[in-house]
Amino acid sequence: MAEATQLTRHIESYVDSSSSLTHQAATLNAIAALVKTDALPLQALVRELDMYLTTTDNVIRARGILLLAEVITRIESKPLDSAIIHSLVGFFKDRLVNWRAVRGALVGCLALIRRKSVVGMVTGSDATAIAQSFLQYMQVQSLGQYDRKLCFELLDCLLERYSDVVTTLGEDLIYGICEAIDAEKDPECLMLAFHIVESLAQLYPDSSGLLASFAKDVFDILEPYFPIHFTHPSSGDTPVQRDDLSKSLMSAFSSTPLFEPFVIPLLLEKLSSSLHSAKIDSLKYLRVCSSKYGAEKIAKYARAIWSSVKDTLSTYLGEPKFSFTIAPVDGIGFPENEIGIEALSLLQQLIVQNSKKKKLHAIGRILYITAKSTISSCNAVFENLFSRMMDDLGFSVSNADSFSNGDIFTSQRVKFGFLYLCIELLAGCKELIVGSDKPALQYVFEHETCCIMLHRFSTQLLNAFGSVLAVSAERCPLDPDIYIGVKGLQILATFQSDVFPIQKSIFENILNKIMSIIMEDFEKTILWESALKALCHVGSFVQMFHESEKAMSYRSLVVEKIVELLSLDDITLPFSLKVEALSNVGMTGRKNMLTILQGLGTAVLANLSKVHRNVRSSETAVQLLECYSCKLLPWIHENGGTEDFAVQFALDIWSQAGNCMDFSAPFVEKGLLDAIMKAMKLSVGSCVVESQNLIIQNAYSILSSHTNFQLKEVETLPLTPGKYDISLRDEGIISLFASVVVAVHPKTHIPDIRVLMHLFIITLLRGVVPVAQALGSILNKLVSTSNSAENSGDLTLEEALDVIFNTKICFSSTDMLQRCNGTSNGNEMVLTDICLGIANDRLLQINAICGLSWIGKGLLLRGHEKIKDITKIFMECLISGTKSALPLIKDSLENTEEQIQDPLVMKCAADAFHVLMSDSEVCLNRKFHATIRPLYKQRFFSSVMPIILQLITKSYSSLSRSFLYRAFAHIMSDTSMVAILSEAKKLIPVLLDCLSMLTEDIQDKDMLYGLLLVLSGMLTEKNGQEAVIENAHIIINCLIKLVDYPHKMLVRETAIQCLVALSELPHARIYPMRTQVLRAISTCLDDTKRAVRYEAVKCRQTWWVHNFFFIECVQFYLVQLLLYLPIFTFLLDLLIGRQCHPEVFISEVQYQLP
Amino acid sequence: MTLGLINANPVVHAKKERISRSEDPHAVDALDIYDFVRDIRDPEHPYSLEQLSVLSEESITVDHELGRILITFTPTVQHCSMATVIGLCLRVKLKHYFPPHYKVDIKVSPGSHADEESVNKQLNDKERVVAALENPNLRQLVEECLYSNEL
Repeated sequence: MAEATQLTRHIESYVDSSSSLTHQAATLNAIAALVKTDALPLQALVRELDMYLTTTDNVIRARGILLLAEVITRIESKPLDSAIIHSLVGFFKDRLVNWRAVRGALVGCLALIRRKSVVGMVTGSDATAIAQSFLQYMQVQSLGQYDRKLCFELLDCLLERYSDVVTTLGEDLIYGICEAIDAEKDPECLMLAFHIVESLAQLYPDSSGLLASFAKDVFDILEPYFPIHFTHPSSGDTPVQRDDLSKSLMSAFSSTPLFEPFVIPLLLEKLSSSLHSAKIDSLKYLRVCSSKYGAEKIAKYARAIWSSVKDTLSTYLGEPKFSFTIAPVDGIGFPENEIGIEALSLLQQLIVQNSKKKKLHAIGRILYITAKSTISSCNAVFENLFSRMMDDLGFSVSNADSFSNGDIFTSQRVKFGFLYLCIELLAGCKELIVGSDKPALQYVFEHETCCIMLHRFSTQLLNAFGSVLAVSAERCPLDPDIYIGVKGLQILATFQSDVFPIQKSIFENILNKIMSIIMEDFEKTILWESALKALCHVGSFVQMFHESEKAMSYRSLVVEKIVELLSLDDITLPFSLKVEALSNVGMTGRKNMLTILQGLGTAVLANLSKVHRNVRSSETAVQLLECYSCKLLPWIHENGGTEDFAVQFALDIWSQAGNCMDFSAPFVEKGLLDAIMKAMKLSVGSCVVESQNLIIQNAYSILSSHTNFQLKEVETLPLTPGKYDISLRDEGIISLFASVVVAVHPKTHIPDIRVLMHLFIITLLRGVVPVAQALGSILNKLVSTSNSAENSGDLTLEEALDVIFNTKICFSSTDMLQRCNGTSNGNEMVLTDICLGIANDRLLQINAICGLSWIGKGLLLRGHEKIKDITKIFMECLISGTKSALPLIKDSLENTEEQIQDPLVMKCAADAFHVLMSDSEVCLNRKFHATIRPLYKQRFFSSVMPIILQLITKSYSSLSRSFLYRAFAHIMSDTSMVAILSEAKKLIPVLLDCLSMLTEDIQDKDMLYGLLLVLSGMLTEKNGQEAVIENAHIIINCLIKLVDYPHKMLVRETAIQCLVALSELPHARIYPMRTQVLRAISTCLDDTKRAVRYEAVKCRQTWWVHNFFFIECVQFYLVQLLLYLPIFTFLLDLLIGRQCHPEVFISEVQYQLP
Repeated sequence: MTLGLINANPVVHAKKERISRSEDPHAVDALDIYDFVRDIRDPEHPYSLEQLSVLSEESITVDHELGRILITFTPTVQHCSMATVIGLCLRVKLKHYFPPHYKVDIKVSPGSHADEESVNKQLNDKERVVAALENPNLRQLVEECLYSNEL
């Protein structure tokens, strides 16, 4: 009983709120000790407490409940019967309703929940009951700080220990938690709250689960806490520190990927805030979140993350404050270190996490820019990542020297990623070095971490890149590998040597590696091309930065080797590739180009010298010459190279041409001759006058010494094409000489010009076209008498014309004599006579006409009057087939049968107009210093066109008319639209006839197309409209025939486009043609070419609109017409009888309406 | 006429890139036709039929031997009263496209429309198509869809 009274006293003193705290604790301990030692059974205690637990006095009841709860807390290790626990749970959970006694209830619940299973724990259903009761009755935020903490502890405990049963509470649980932690401010409570969220997230992990729909709500509550801003003194009494809170929040943030849509944008936003702690926290959070959420979720933010990180890095790593006096690397301290490191470790995290190729690129760029931005960031990246990557690649710092072969790669795919990153890193580092041009900075580079590390690993990298490219029987490198390998080698080779000296041996190794690819792996097109590109890149880099040592290596290893390749026959590399490599390498720099040109020159000459023995060397020479004239020469011209080589080359070729004469073999085949001539023309054209003089002198001496032409005699004797055959080699040499003449400057002195012109005239009659071009060129460039008083020694234009048009050509050979006995002058005639066919030799006539056309072109370009005479000759050739031929021919020829011109001759005369009008690539252009008068084409057009039109109308023979049309077509297609438009009215009918004539022969399809383009130009120009309107019917008829022209797709397409353009014309004109057009177009819908079909659809639509317009008009008036029958009959008459266009129709109807 | 939109909130898809093709030979194929009609505007929304996934390249089939072309389109909602208008637009746009020996059938894809049968019947009835085009309101609507600049 004594015990009982003692117990009562203990209880009394605890319940009495006025007693001191220590006293209360002591009594509590005493009671607990009693219960623990079984001196007092729990049931007895409860019975004893009965009154306190049920009294209506709130204070006492609260104390009583608390007492019981505290006692239970203290006997947590004492085994209890499950029935007791059950009844206790029931008791405490009910007390949660009563806010006055809530603390006791909370402590009690907590104590029960925390019990371990060995001493008897709360059952699942009881735990659910507690949770339900809690969620139902507790208003956490209205409680005091300590009670709130208890609440959170209780929740936390429930979630942790009874996670499986509380899950079933579902929405209520989440709501309850949200409500409980909303606007919580106490750090300790927050710690718990954040942990609760984290546990909650683990409770509902799946993305389609319950939490998914509440993620936004939950996050809205968490969001305001970020970044943790702590106003409490950090060293105060509060046990919770800012960092703890921050970490706890971080784990809450990163607890579930469901938060990802909200977290990442928030973090990115805060990253750009000016608050220091916010930045650091954001970076940390980003790192953790990205690792927790997984690569896929983060991938879409990569760009945004990168741009923010980049900004951060550039701001905080941007100003390395190092002084040169304390130079060592470690001495560089930057104040914002922390942020930089955080950012970098975030990047690292991203990199480690993602080995997918897509991401790889993003990271590569990140690294690139990080390395590029500043030295310090570059160093940091190298320190953090480079060594790690090297480790992963298998080169660690410790064994860096032991690996020297590239066989260490086992899993290629992983290596690929690392190598790619290496490349980006190196590229960035290189950019950084190149970009900084302060000498002081450059000095420091050598001692920078990045450079030191780069040095250490350069051999390994070289081997690594090399091994990626290795081609073997069983393995061919994939495209990305090729990219990596070549790019890597290129970057390694292009580090500037005065800043960061890469060892010479390494540089040479790189060049050797690439060269070996060039020489051996030509079958792998992509590899070969990229290797060549890299080689050129390295070459131009070496040139650009004046790296003398490297330039020497480059020259000896690359340039000279490539030149050497030209002469090696045993190598399997195809010759076209050799030439490509040659020209590309040459273009890396002027010095290299000169070396290459020398090599090329020697190779060309060597090949030329054995051309008669070896067919292949002729092909080789052609390729080399093509390369020379199309690529190398223009390049050296553009880049201000000297012309020395061009002069020397021309002279060399001449000497070779001379040597060729010593052999009796035919000079060369046509292709080679053309190539040599082209190269010669371009070389000569690019030289100055003095050099040209030198070349032409040289050429002349060879022409006079090595051919069978008796130059000395040519002038004195009358011209006789008697020795009818010139040997092929003579022809070759004279063509070559002609090409020199074509290309010279007007001021260049041509030796013995009179003799040469005689010679040219003779050879021209044998059909050597280049000679005719040379004659045209001479006439084009000679000065006329009026303004050449000072140098009287030269031939003037007038004299030259006299030579050409008045020199008698003598036919002494017997066969010729017989044929031309009808001429008035016996056996002597001038060039123009031959053109007119007096010699009665078709071949001769054709050659003469062709030659005359080039001579005429020379005159036309300078705007000389004589062109009119020449044109007249062509015209005469064209029309002489008719009976109304010119009197000149009528008189001279007695035999009327012979009077009919050969169609071939007429065709040649018609095509002469093409020569006259078109722009030639071969001669008489700006490149070859021709004198070109502005608007010469228009002048010629306006003077010739009336004559041609007249002749066409007069000509009765269909043959001669067809050739006149040809000439017409040639002139039309090369004249500018402005000139044509002014004459459009007259031209269109002829043009249409011409078009339909040209459809007859397949060979004329290009001419047809050219002419059709002229027509379409007329249709689209405003000025041409009037003429077009007048002739709309015939134009449409003509075009309808062309829409199914089978031989050229472009003709069909253009014809249909013209029809579309025609639909713009006034309705009245074209309406009657509508059905015809639509019918023709519908066949085009079935065309085999897509482009034609497309145009046809467009055309059909535009023409269809006319139809609709008409129908609508009819509909509108039909209603009225029903009322007015007499008019209806009239309308029927209109519709059926006459095809009337709507405007007329409407006006007539309106007129009759009452 | 119902007030408001029939499908107030359609799903909009990205436009596919156009491929320019030049290979030979060029027979009429589904992509040709698709290229031609994909930019027709929806009667209700300022999006093309392509964007609303009403049409796709796969929904067009060309049979060269029989000379038949079948175009099936999928209205965005089952009860879409615009289905006939869309079909009409297709018909008008394609009217000029084919040589006469082709027969064009336009249908709604099976199960995509509540009134499938009658819509199909209406769209392939020449007289009803012509009659519809004579209705000025309808005609205006069709023309707006075909020549709209809103896209």
